[in-house]
Amino acid sequence: MRRRKKKDGLVMGELAIQEQSDIDISLASQQGEVLSDSSASVSQRRRGHKIVTIDLKAQFGRVQVLRGINLEIKERSITAIMGPSGCGKTTFIRCLNRLHELTPGASVTGRVILDGEDIYSPKVNPVLVRRKIGMVFQKPNPFPTMSVYDNVAAGLKLNGVRDKAKLDEAVERSLKLAFLWDEVKDDLKKSGAALSGGQQQRLCIARALAVEPEVILMDEPCSALDPTATAKIEEAIFELKKDYTIVIVTHNMQQAARVADYTAFFYLGELIEYGNTEQIFENPKNELTERYITGKFG
Amino acid sequence: MKAFSKARLTKTEVRTWNASANADSLMKVLVAVAAFTVIAILTAIAFELYLNSLPSISKFGISFIWGTTWDVSTEMFGALPFIFGTFVTSLLALLIGLPISLGVAIFLSEKVKSRRMVTRSIGTLVELLAAVPSVIYGLWGLFFLSPLLRRYVETPLHDYLGFVPLFAGTPFGLDFFTAGVLLAIMIIPTVSAISRDVLNAVPNSQREAMYSLGATHWEVIWKAVLPYARSGIFGATILGLARAVGETMAVTMVIGNEPKITASLFSGGYTLAAVIANQFTEATGQLYISSLIEIGLVLFFMALAINTFARLLIWKMKRGMNIRV
Amino acid sequence: MVRRTNDSISVSTSRILMDKLMSILVYAAVGLASAALILILAETLIQGLPILKLSFLLDAPVPVGFSGGGIGPDIEGTLIMVGIASLISVPIGVGAGIFFSEWPESKLSSLSSFSNDVLAEFPSMVIGIFVYTIIVLTTGRFSAFAGSVALSIIMIPVVARTTEESLKIVPKTLREASMALGVSRWKTVVRVVMSTGKRGLITGILLALARAAGETAPLILTAGYSTAFLNGLFNQTGSLPYLIYYYAISPYSSWHAIAWGAALILIAIMFVMNVSVKLAFASKFEETRAEI
Repeated sequence: MRRRKKKDGLVMGELAIQEQSDIDISLASQQGEVLSDSSASVSQRRRGHKIVTIDLKAQFGRVQVLRGINLEIKERSITAIMGPSGCGKTTFIRCLNRLHELTPGASVTGRVILDGEDIYSPKVNPVLVRRKIGMVFQKPNPFPTMSVYDNVAAGLKLNGVRDKAKLDEAVERSLKLAFLWDEVKDDLKKSGAALSGGQQQRLCIARALAVEPEVILMDEPCSALDPTATAKIEEAIFELKKDYTIVIVTHNMQQAARVADYTAFFYLGELIEYGNTEQIFENPKNELTERYITGKFG
Repeated sequence: MKAFSKARLTKTEVRTWNASANADSLMKVLVAVAAFTVIAILTAIAFELYLNSLPSISKFGISFIWGTTWDVSTEMFGALPFIFGTFVTSLLALLIGLPISLGVAIFLSEKVKSRRMVTRSIGTLVELLAAVPSVIYGLWGLFFLSPLLRRYVETPLHDYLGFVPLFAGTPFGLDFFTAGVLLAIMIIPTVSAISRDVLNAVPNSQREAMYSLGATHWEVIWKAVLPYARSGIFGATILGLARAVGETMAVTMVIGNEPKITASLFSGGYTLAAVIANQFTEATGQLYISSLIEIGLVLFFMALAINTFARLLIWKMKRGMNIRV
Repeated sequence: MVRRTNDSISVSTSRILMDKLMSILVYAAVGLASAALILILAETLIQGLPILKLSFLLDAPVPVGFSGGGIGPDIEGTLIMVGIASLISVPIGVGAGIFFSEWPESKLSSLSSFSNDVLAEFPSMVIGIFVYTIIVLTTGRFSAFAGSVALSIIMIPVVARTTEESLKIVPKTLREASMALGVSRWKTVVRVVMSTGKRGLITGILLALARAAGETAPLILTAGYSTAFLNGLFNQTGSLPYLIYYYAISPYSSWHAIAWGAALILIAIMFVMNVSVKLAFASKFEETRAEI
């Protein structure tokens, strides 16, 4: 007992030191930010833009997947990225959290400004970017060797959170936000892979929420699910926009129309049209967009 | 069904149809015989070993397994020193070889995936370790590795940690330790190749899930990739163990060949396979020979058990992955 | 409203250090594994090269104390035994491999396939004892024939597995297309083996040959050893691996030199076989990629 206490004390001590150094680092980066803050990013903040991409290009080997995307994503809103297969919409959001560059042969040029800072600047640690931007994938991908609880707590544990009460609180909060708490609260020790497909996907949402990201990227999160599960996920997404900036890639136009505040239409690696969801669906300016939403191709 | 389809054909067509059907069934019989031969060989090996070790089995019974004496002059034969030696050297091989193999596997599957040329040439280099015949490992172990280890590893360990029983004795170079290190090098190609395949089979979505939580490269490997692949890696380890247990020539040449049970790694020892290789051709007397064959029988069952276990693990993991993918 | 503890958003130094440390360890592991191979190759070259002459490859050994002499009989013994072993093992191995890939659901197939796996990783010493009891004890002497049988048992599982694998790579559609045209199963399989699977098959046989040529343990109990050129299949014969073993554990340094020379020859044969197999596979890989 005594020994355990001592150990706890040590851990706490380490934590304290760590926190102190963390604060130093974040202070330094804030100062840097202030210094480098250009007028563009100030105005960007004022207008409430969370992410701005400037001439974003992406390649797989020699294949150009994105051909210079300029897009501004509003804070605390849902932005849908829509387009036919192979238009680069998935690659686009994978550029927003620097996941694209991890694929062998893939490369990115251009700028992605998150809160006034270019996440592709050499000074930026991609790990930090991904910590701020959560992601939900096309197919549910819970960690099969971890329990439901551990799946949700995984991100926090990475960041050194060991306090049981803190973890419990975060797990419960995240699972509630993902509308999964009521279904799993009695068997949190069950393997994450033992849940149904829809539950697995909500578990993945909870896992992404637990680290308190600012942006959540969703890559066709419902494409592998049935309509009931889809409805539950959409309900969760809609609730989340109060606190989070959400970018959702979807193949499904009804889904975009149902959940998104803004919609972007991609075609062959280019941004064809971007605007209010209502405007895009009811009064598209571009002929391609119109043909796509009326089902003439895609 | 056959009659019906034949009725619609002309006579010549029926003839060729029959001919090809006959050829088909003949072929099936031939290849089935070939497949059966494989089973027959394995069964025959077990049977022959059993038959020829009967004199020893009837003399010593089950106590052969834990008998500690191996004395030719009094014809007292017990296998424990050899089982012990096999166990110690294989364990040592795993302790040293497994981390290195895992490192190689991680390098090949996780580290430099994009730089194909590097990956491919390193992969080939490690695979070529498997192409070196075991007698050449033995030759190299005897004249290069053993003096090297004695001088730079065993002697310092003995000088500074000689009070630990593991490092007691006189470092001579031809002992459990050298045999273990040599075996470790020999199992690296097996373990790393299977582990690499297992790691490659881990879905990328698992890595990306961990990355998107803000994990470092290492955390992705340690917390997402390795846990997912753990049973496959375990299977690879067991197959490496099978190789270490069955290895003969290299061990025979560096282990010192003394039937001893001791805590010291710097003492000469013996393994099951080594004693057969070393004593069989000089053995005289039915009981002596049949005791050596019974050693072979023990080795047979050890290999069978380890292999079955490893196959089950790898099979189970492959099945598990199919479900999840 | 979610409260965010933004001040904790940073990667702690210990995590970054751990990441670096682990990378270093992974590189170290790769370095150690490669170093082992390089050291083995270098030592064999340094020790083996001085003795290499044409007469070394062709002459019979001479007793200790005489100069000259070579490893001719051992090269001959290895070639003959490996040759006969392939004659025995290739038909059985290919047959079994075809059976595994064509009738994978049958009980015989799964049992045989399992036996094959076990046999592939089997202690070769045990195979030596087996052949000793059925052939050496029957004929009353060590012989090249017994050695060949032992090597063939080692080769069968390798040939069978690669045959199965090279047949499985062939797309099902290709096979079905052929069957749908009314071509019999037999002809379909032969055609598939001969065209698409051929390279895989040759690869498998080459790998099996390499494996057999390097085996020592079973030969101790089957082929025995001889310093003379072969005099009939039912007589003892030398072999390269056995020579290396026999000469290495001898007390004479002139014999050690011969062992290194023989090791250099053996390792060269192995590497040529393995690397050519690798290259064949690599180019095949590129082809299939290009098609996609």
